[in-house]
Amino acid sequence: MIETHELTRHFKDVQAVRGINLTVAPGELVALLGPNGAGKSTTLRMLTTLIPPTSGTAKVAGHDVVRAQREVRYRIGYIGQGNGAAHSQRGRDELISQGRAYGMKVTEARRRAAELIESLDLGAVADRTVSTLSGGQRRRLDIAMGLIHAPELLFLDEPSTGLDPQNRANLQQHIVELRERYGTTIVLTTHYLDEADAMAERVIVIDHGRIIADDTPARLKDEHVGDRIILGFAHESDAAAVASRVPHKFHRSGTELTISVPGAPRLVTGLLDDLRAWGLPPAEVEVRRATLDDVFLQLTGRSLREGGAARSAGDTEDTEPALVEV
Amino acid sequence: MTNLVTDTGVVFSRELRPVLRNPFSVVFAMVQPLVFLGLFAPLLPDDLSLQWFVPGIVVMSCLFGTSMTGSNLLFEIQTGSHERMLVTPLRRPALLIGRALKEIVPVVVQAAVIVALCLPFGFDLHLAGTLLGLVILSVFCLGLGSLSYTLALAAKNQEWLFWTVQQTLLFPLLLLAGMLLPVEAGPGWLQALSRWNPLTYVVEAERALFAGDVWASTTVTGAIAAVAVGAFGLLVGTRAMQRSA
Repeated sequence: MIETHELTRHFKDVQAVRGINLTVAPGELVALLGPNGAGKSTTLRMLTTLIPPTSGTAKVAGHDVVRAQREVRYRIGYIGQGNGAAHSQRGRDELISQGRAYGMKVTEARRRAAELIESLDLGAVADRTVSTLSGGQRRRLDIAMGLIHAPELLFLDEPSTGLDPQNRANLQQHIVELRERYGTTIVLTTHYLDEADAMAERVIVIDHGRIIADDTPARLKDEHVGDRIILGFAHESDAAAVASRVPHKFHRSGTELTISVPGAPRLVTGLLDDLRAWGLPPAEVEVRRATLDDVFLQLTGRSLREGGAARSAGDTEDTEPALVEV
Repeated sequence: MTNLVTDTGVVFSRELRPVLRNPFSVVFAMVQPLVFLGLFAPLLPDDLSLQWFVPGIVVMSCLFGTSMTGSNLLFEIQTGSHERMLVTPLRRPALLIGRALKEIVPVVVQAAVIVALCLPFGFDLHLAGTLLGLVILSVFCLGLGSLSYTLALAAKNQEWLFWTVQQTLLFPLLLLAGMLLPVEAGPGWLQALSRWNPLTYVVEAERALFAGDVWASTTVTGAIAAVAVGAFGLLVGTRAMQRSA
């Protein structure tokens, strides 16, 4: 569905994308993950014909993004970071115009608009001016706009940025359903780690305009980080004593001992038994599953969260540590 | 299948729809020309009649409304719907031409409102001349609208740039075209500048045509000026739209 070869884009002296080789098969749901400025959106803009590459090639839905722009445009849907529907228009009007832009007859566009309004739960607001809609409603309308022509390939650029957790979950559900029902190939960019983790079967980590990892979330986490058990002790000497006895990889920092071991949630009870038997019970225990942020940290030495990603106040945590009081 | 004409039709009808949904917006948009009509026309010296003044106000309403229209596109660039349209297969020239063509609709409606308001005050309607005048004005407004959209595409995220340029150009163009007062009464340098303003020829043509003088030479010069602005605007505008991303 997508095939790029050394896809590159420079803006004046900034190398936004530096030689991306990417293959996406039909039916895949792929997340491009990376901090702001990593080159995700620039990559997406090249794949959607918005900007031409500086060098390299890209074939999208069977056609070259430079030589056959219109062929590509007919076959893809695009939901950008902004609102697809103009604020001065009514939602239904915009949906019908959008359908006609893809060459649909008015009656056909009207029928399809009604269908999408129904399935995206926009019935109550479709005939209101877009500027009066809430953020979540506008985003659902944007999704409907991108789907009007039932594209075989759908691009979403930061689809849930600015939405509250409830609307994000709702949006993610719509995207997953869409794929289950129509087999649409979906490529989305995100800097929400939990979103990439929850939705995508394949995560492509991009940093400084290059792909630095490409795998399922589970394998990325196993391979690059693994699970950890974090033990807190009352005294540094206890931590050191335990460190000398555990048969796993560890890292000690003062009274805190971090043990890296696959299958940590299953092993933790046994470990606690051992610690009691040794007379070195910990004051605190935390089991931490690897997150994609850990993967990113491991790969780049930087945290994605510090990478300038704007996070709203209502944001949920990406890690849900299992705290066990002993 | 689609072609440039159907694509332009899609863009045109999309642009027109908010106007049709709220037709009074067209009248609200012409407050300034109406203020000049109500508060400036009574100040005119005796030798300048309403018959002379009204065509200038019709052109003024076109100038005010159409030169600002780029701000609609600017807003759509900022909110994201322009980008959404760029990803559709709509032909790039259609994205500009459809928008610019729509500008003709409010201009014609506003002209009708102005003329209707002035009829009770002794304004003579010469229908054939007025209709021909509106055709010439429509061509001019097509070009002016395209230039306003070009300015919006160039300004992109700098809204102040759009308004600064628009406001800086608006009043010199208006005053130098002899829209409010005859330029002939002014000093030589001002008259010379006025001859460089294409709008001058449009205003002169409108004055003759609204007076029923269809066969005047000003009709030809006005039409030439309007076609020149129209062609230049469309050329510059479609190029800007093709480069838009």
